[in-house]
Amino acid sequence: MNQVFSSELWRPIELSIALAFITTALLLFFGTPLAWWLARSNVWWKEAVATLVAMPLVLPPTVLGFYLLIALGPNGPGGSIAGLWGGRTLAFSFPGLVIGSLLYSMPFVVQPIRNAFEAIGDRPLEVAATLRATPWQSFWRVAAPSARSGFLTGAILGFAHTLGEFGVVLMIGGNIPDQTRVLSIAIFDYVETSQWALAHMLAAGMVVFAFIVIFTMMIIEKNVSGARE
Amino acid sequence: MIKRRQSIFLIAGVFLVLGLRNVRADTAHVAVAANFTDTARELAQVFRNNTGHEAVLSFGASGQFYAQIREGAPFEVFLSADDSRPKKLVDDNFGIADEEFTYAVGKLVLWSRKSGLSLNEETLKKGDFSKIAIANPVAAPYGAAAVEVMKALGVYAELLPKIVQGNSIAQTFQFVNTDNAELGFIALSQIPNRKEGSWWIVPAKYYKVIHQDAVLLKSGAKNNAARAFMVFLRSSVARTIIQKSGYATDEIASRNR
Repeated sequence: MNQVFSSELWRPIELSIALAFITTALLLFFGTPLAWWLARSNVWWKEAVATLVAMPLVLPPTVLGFYLLIALGPNGPGGSIAGLWGGRTLAFSFPGLVIGSLLYSMPFVVQPIRNAFEAIGDRPLEVAATLRATPWQSFWRVAAPSARSGFLTGAILGFAHTLGEFGVVLMIGGNIPDQTRVLSIAIFDYVETSQWALAHMLAAGMVVFAFIVIFTMMIIEKNVSGARE
Repeated sequence: MIKRRQSIFLIAGVFLVLGLRNVRADTAHVAVAANFTDTARELAQVFRNNTGHEAVLSFGASGQFYAQIREGAPFEVFLSADDSRPKKLVDDNFGIADEEFTYAVGKLVLWSRKSGLSLNEETLKKGDFSKIAIANPVAAPYGAAAVEVMKALGVYAELLPKIVQGNSIAQTFQFVNTDNAELGFIALSQIPNRKEGSWWIVPAKYYKVIHQDAVLLKSGAKNNAARAFMVFLRSSVARTIIQKSGYATDEIASRNR
């Protein structure tokens, strides 16, 4: 009984952590060049791109979920991608959730990194260039280390936000154990079906987790601003 | 400064909206099982024309409403997709015993959006599809019925990896309607215009009959509109609409005595 209990509870947790981890890693990888470009470029339309990145902050998850359901389906691009390995649709699948989470959590990762890059200013990079550093070297030796608090903030927020994702997953997930039944969906399910003991356990865990995340963020912020003075 | 001004506008707006909503006095808030969505809309319209009362409808999974009603959700009437939840509400003093009755008997169908398919037992046994949608069997009676059918045909274990769950029967419908799942178990009443796609009306021998019960909740005992709605629901006018929508009503009379 106890074992059933714990595996029933653990599987959504593991799935959520895997989703958050993969999403955050991909966002750091692809989001960093984007953030760099947003911080350094002078083209007039870059704020339009920044706006697109930030839009999930404002849009209800249902809007994203609705479009994703169509885009991931057999008549959208997702269906063609799924066709590569003989599938029909990317909805109801873990890769589908990763795509949704990438869009949904992008602003939480890109924005702090962009801010950190902008805070460096032109001067240190100009100095690096005078010292004959290649752009690649000055990025890795000057910009990246100075922006590390931005990376850390972005990573933590991206991870936490993906873990807390609900609406998008509800719309494109299909509640499949080990594939799309993530933590927030499991809680919803338990509440809806009156299994409140299980709902309580997961919900309390999320409350503790959220506290730890925000507390950690505050400590980091404080240390960074302390170090600057 | 700007923030403060905005919030004043916001609060004023909220009060305005609340004020407008309360102009009508006789209003019943009805929680409706998702499978009954279209039928309930039609009923509410006829109800308003006939009585002048307003039935404000909310749609969702029966299990969800059941949990919400127990926590004091502001509904006066509950149209469930099963009979056990309304009976439990009566037993636990949330519902009124004399006002608990079957309003419809549900018909489960296996539905595909593609026209011209011949769906039947063999479709499920062959399993020649990648996804089949059902409603969450714990929260939605049509989902539970779908599981019973697959078990009765001895294909549940094989189909399990292909099952996707909608949070209600409405979401299940939408999974099939967007073609993300090729097949789905839904209610007959949900098929658009009762003619789109292909379907198989699952023989009643494969699942326990779906008695859909209505109950007047304690909160609605003194609500004229709610009481009138319960009377209307048993009228022959309502019964005709319900039947036309794809439910059986003939055995209701005997069941409700």
